[in-house]
Amino acid sequence: MLGERRLDEVAEAVLDSAQADQTEVVITAQDAALTRFAANGIHQNVAESGANVRVRSVIGKRIGVATTNDLGADALVDLVRSAETVARLQQENPEFLSLPAPQPIRAADALCESTAACAPEARAEGVASIVGQAKANGLDASGAFSTSVDELMVANSLGTCAYHAGTSASVMTVVMGKTGSGFAADVAKDVDEVDPVAVGRIAVEKALRSAHPEAIEPGEYTVILEEAAVANLVFFLGYLGLGAMSLQEGRSFLSGRLGERITGDAITIRDDGLDPRGIPLPFDFEGVPRREISLIERGVARNVVYDSFTAGRDPGKESTGHGLAAPNSFGPIPIHLFMEPGSSTIEEMIASTKRGIWVTRFHYTNPVHPVKTILTGMTRDGTFLIENGEVSKPLKNLRFTQSILGAFEKVEALTREAKMVRSGFGSVVTFAPAAKIHDFRFTGTTEF
Amino acid sequence: MREYTDRALDTAASRGATYADVRIVRRENQDIGVKNGVVQALTLAGDFGFGVRVIADGAWGFASSNRLTLDEVDRVAGQAVEIAKASARVNEADVDLGPAEVHVGRYRTPTEMDPFEVSLEDKIDVLLAADKEARAVDGVAMAQGTMGFLRETKTFASSEGSFVEQTIIESGLGIVVRAIAEGEMQQRSYPNSFGRHQGTAGYEFIERWDLPRHARQTAEEAVALLGAPQCPSRVTTLVLDGPQLALQVHESCGHPIELDRVFGTEAAYAGTSFLTPEKYGVFRYGSEVVNLVSDAVTPTGLGTYGFDDEGVPGQETDIVRNGIFVGYLTSRESASQLRVIHPDAPERSNGAMRADGWNRVPIIRMSNVSLMPGEWRLDDLIADTDEGVYMLTNKSWSIDDRRLNFQFGTELAYEIKGGKRGRMFKNATYTGITPQFWGGCDAICSADHWNVWGTANCGKGQPGQRAHTGHGTAPARFRNVQIGVMSA
Repeated sequence: MLGERRLDEVAEAVLDSAQADQTEVVITAQDAALTRFAANGIHQNVAESGANVRVRSVIGKRIGVATTNDLGADALVDLVRSAETVARLQQENPEFLSLPAPQPIRAADALCESTAACAPEARAEGVASIVGQAKANGLDASGAFSTSVDELMVANSLGTCAYHAGTSASVMTVVMGKTGSGFAADVAKDVDEVDPVAVGRIAVEKALRSAHPEAIEPGEYTVILEEAAVANLVFFLGYLGLGAMSLQEGRSFLSGRLGERITGDAITIRDDGLDPRGIPLPFDFEGVPRREISLIERGVARNVVYDSFTAGRDPGKESTGHGLAAPNSFGPIPIHLFMEPGSSTIEEMIASTKRGIWVTRFHYTNPVHPVKTILTGMTRDGTFLIENGEVSKPLKNLRFTQSILGAFEKVEALTREAKMVRSGFGSVVTFAPAAKIHDFRFTGTTEF
Repeated sequence: MREYTDRALDTAASRGATYADVRIVRRENQDIGVKNGVVQALTLAGDFGFGVRVIADGAWGFASSNRLTLDEVDRVAGQAVEIAKASARVNEADVDLGPAEVHVGRYRTPTEMDPFEVSLEDKIDVLLAADKEARAVDGVAMAQGTMGFLRETKTFASSEGSFVEQTIIESGLGIVVRAIAEGEMQQRSYPNSFGRHQGTAGYEFIERWDLPRHARQTAEEAVALLGAPQCPSRVTTLVLDGPQLALQVHESCGHPIELDRVFGTEAAYAGTSFLTPEKYGVFRYGSEVVNLVSDAVTPTGLGTYGFDDEGVPGQETDIVRNGIFVGYLTSRESASQLRVIHPDAPERSNGAMRADGWNRVPIIRMSNVSLMPGEWRLDDLIADTDEGVYMLTNKSWSIDDRRLNFQFGTELAYEIKGGKRGRMFKNATYTGITPQFWGGCDAICSADHWNVWGTANCGKGQPGQRAHTGHGTAPARFRNVQIGVMSA
């Protein structure tokens, strides 16, 4: 861990040597370790320390960006000169207004010493607890146990200076038998709060229960989607259309629909980078404080998230603190999504289902039609048939092709507990409950 | 660099490593993006560091750093050994790398024009010219062009005596044009989708693909798609163009032949493979006309290199011969594991281990996994097809974790009726099961239509790694395919 003082020195060195009209420096640093296991043995065990410095130079309305992972004094001066050279070669971007002015940042308590100090032996012990349970049941465990310390500093020549350090720890496993498999995962800021024993137990139970799956015809079924599957849909919703640029360019499902009902009233989704239950990040990659944003409220589309560029395009709008690192032609996206839970339990959902399919998680989900929020993907690691209120048998995996908004229109129940699920990339997590949804469309099957 | 590589190997050995290798990697990237006439991205990126991989107490360990000093080399090599010893506490079997690999050599991507010597202004001019052509077409909502260049220099040394230096140069380009109406967005890309087409080549690659000359047609097709009918749903004959077939090969052949997936080391993340070891040498993967080869030597292929990241020379390997599955992509360790099951399998790795930079451990990655050309001219193939659909350029993709059930969407499709290419369809999709799909392949176009397409965004591994892979394809025909999977 480099620490605030060292990152401040780097930022100062950049800004002191800058000659552009405006200059921004974004420094990311990471100490990460990961133990990967498969077939009941550790096959990959890695640690890395690294940092990246990104400089955005603004000359008039011309912008250049350069990056390096060399924090030496000479390299930083070269970096600034590169960004400024690039800016001078640029054409003007008439829509660019300014780098953000400084704003007060609320500190987020996100750094856990236990995670930062986690040794490879501790990760190996966690892995051993999962592997032991798998072996005891004649199964093979695979997965990863990772920890990281992430630092972010954003400073600019207008006076913005924001620093944050946080930790995350996660363990996940897929436990496989000859004909079935089970999945479980846990993620937290504090490595002492992730529970490899419970992760192993759940995955082993699922693997045993999913042995000898049978095929079922594709079609529309009532589904009970566990939290990981729901989080996958919520993450894609944010990616596809809850950012201002997608709305401005007409590629969002929200185009012309803000203020309208777009899902059933069970759906409330917000983005909150300061919620301590998640992996907090109190400001964005422009140094703007993250605001809590209500995106969908009881089915009604309320807001999208902004960075400084997209806010500058919409009169009266301000950045909500959702900017990504420059250059960013995709626009801002929400990366701290929370879906409000309901009042049910998975057991109650199963008991109330005459015929349906219980899905543990999805695999390789991708958009088919972004504007209609249609995704396709496979079920994986535990798919079961429910008949007359009971789990009757394991199923071979199915392919779904289904619009997210269509599915969220048909939510019958949400669990009262939401879980934190790793989504997308890095330390991005999504909070989601499990959901019971009717008429969910499966379009294909596979052989296992 | 010898001073640092020797130090890393010596330190690892003194701490108890029975094998060690070290890679010192420098990457320089230049990326340019133009959107609707404005240069929105112009980035120069540099990245440098080293990684040490060891075997100690029979288990793997890896550590890395971005500070190349002798003290840091000692620290990192020691940390790698410590990590390996921690791994050994869980493992029952020792790593077996097979026979020693000792190679000393140099490799540099052949180029005619060093892309880093061409001025940024010239590159921007090309992108702005293409952008102008595209947006001259009525109905275009957005045009976005990109260029990207990479120079990667790597030094690899191992405790067995290998010392390899190589420089990989890549050049890439692309344009995507979007047309938007209420509730509908259509796009066309050139030369390929997902940002760009890329190859191991110099700036001559940019000139060859000539963005400005193709931008207008690309835009016209995007606008026309808005008014095209929805692709129908039925079982029919499918003809795929080269870029879409490249992704089909990548997903349904390239990934399942990765031997680490077969042995389960990717099980928890990317998944495993239906091409299990008992199928090796006997399984009918496709029809008689299907021949697939992996190679790291085809000029301009995005998976072309001199040596992999275990120091093994890049080479050519048969994967599917006359429809029969005959080869995997291997590492040194997995090649040894395969010989326990198949003593007749090759003794040595075929050089497919690559890492995404200095801070990642090498894993098995595709080089250029290619479908060998057949005899057909595309016009003749269409004329020989009574009824079907011709689909071009990937738009969406998904495949199950053993690589059997896939579903793809393409940017553009044309109806084929009575041997003629007819009306345009939008939102075309098709789905199938891998061996059944390739079993239905009955015609492949000739070498005149064959090109190596670059896939620069192949994700695999934990922590995540992105690989650059190539896929040589010519258009091909597949019988009895389900098309038109789309929820209302």
